[in-house]
Amino acid sequence: MHSKIEVRGLNKSYESDQGRLVVIEDVSFTVRDGETVAIIGPSGCGKTTLMNMIAGFVRPDAGAIVIDGVPRLKPDPKGILITQHGSVFPWLTVRENLMFGLNGHAPRNKAEIADRYAAIVGLKGFESSYPHELSGGMLKRAELARALVVKPEVLYMDEPFSALDALMSLRVRNELLRILAEERHTVMLITHDVEEAIHVADRILVLSARPARIQAAFDVPFPHPRRLTSAPAQELRVAILRELGVDHYGG
Amino acid sequence: MNRIKSSLPALGVIVALLVAWWGAIVVTQSLIFPTPWGVVTGAIELLVNGTLWRHIGASLLRVGTGFALAVCVAVPLGLWMGWVRGAYNTLNPLFQMLRPISPIAWIPIAILWFGVGDASPIYLIFISSVFPMIVQTTVGVHTIDKRYLRAAENFGVSRATLFRQVVIPAVLPQVLVGMRIGLGVAWLVVVAAEMIALRSGLGYMIMDSRNAGNRYDLVIAGMIIIGVIGLSLDSTMRRLERIRWVRWRYAQ
Repeated sequence: MHSKIEVRGLNKSYESDQGRLVVIEDVSFTVRDGETVAIIGPSGCGKTTLMNMIAGFVRPDAGAIVIDGVPRLKPDPKGILITQHGSVFPWLTVRENLMFGLNGHAPRNKAEIADRYAAIVGLKGFESSYPHELSGGMLKRAELARALVVKPEVLYMDEPFSALDALMSLRVRNELLRILAEERHTVMLITHDVEEAIHVADRILVLSARPARIQAAFDVPFPHPRRLTSAPAQELRVAILRELGVDHYGG
Repeated sequence: MNRIKSSLPALGVIVALLVAWWGAIVVTQSLIFPTPWGVVTGAIELLVNGTLWRHIGASLLRVGTGFALAVCVAVPLGLWMGWVRGAYNTLNPLFQMLRPISPIAWIPIAILWFGVGDASPIYLIFISSVFPMIVQTTVGVHTIDKRYLRAAENFGVSRATLFRQVVIPAVLPQVLVGMRIGLGVAWLVVVAAEMIALRSGLGYMIMDSRNAGNRYDLVIAGMIIIGVIGLSLDSTMRRLERIRWVRWRYAQ
């Protein structure tokens, strides 16, 4: 498989009161087409900055993001960003939200396509609801559906499940895996939850504390559906936690 | 039942005030200041001969015209200033300077420009309600959550879609707040403006009642009617907060 996303020598720093603050230092990696890569790191290490650069919202100081061999300069609908707090428009219904990014379709087709994707994520019957009438988990599904409906090649997910409770997070993750099995998107997932990364990703990159550098990389060779309680999964978890500086986990 | 219960203290204060008022008239035996009952009979007299409706209609028409003009100017201007940095930098200092000038201070100039007809109070209402609405609309645009603008950018929608489906609906609740403030100020100003000139309106009615034979019962009746109409204008604007397009802002 060819590389979908190539991140080359990315650097980013911000001016602050204490002088120049280096957030990202020489980060390079590649993501293959159809691969799910999780990036994990301590909080405040610059994960979100890294994601915003890769998704095209923030320009790096140095380095390049190359997608399908073309340098990325700005965001486009081929790669949709999903963030922790979500961006489902509260003033539009679920259907209108899903129709939002659908350009170049007849209006009736738009509604049809929107409703089909609402059904895919389990929101059948809620097409005319407003976001404030939905639960946190349903809102996340709506956001996922709004991203999927424009058939993006890449999903950029920045801590997408961390605002959900553990049970709901698990449910939406399973939902995501089911959809990914059918639609084969390339996914970049940023998280601080090791279990979540092992559950979803094909490969896990561990970032260091600021300035963020790639400190380690792990393959996750387990077939889906994964049993997170299996011995190899637990071993991987301990190894990743050790990279993150947690040596003693569960005695 | 609960609503009645919670409004009991407010009602009590009003009743106590009326009793105190009545008592004060009885004790001082004032010849000019009316009793509450005198005010009621005065109001009934105006109602029966039809002048009250004429004055209310005149005031509401002026407020309606001036306020509608202000909305038509303030909303597009506020959106433009909120969206285009240069427009904001150019116009905001001027507006911030004009805003604190009391509409009353504009009266001489209004009379000079527009004479003593209907145009003067309409201009005063316009000038007093346009600035709060511009400011609120501009603030509304500036406070749109960045994540929504990012999402719109991400989906690569056209400028028209961005405005129609993101900017306008996001700003609408703030526009409504501005309209509520604007309408309140407009009602305040129309009465003041009508006291200066003209031959109709509630402000004129109050001044005329005093000048034509110290009818203080009609003066107070006029004041109370102004208060009641102001209150109902405000609650009408409040009711707009429940319409479909802005309900999201007040839900949760």
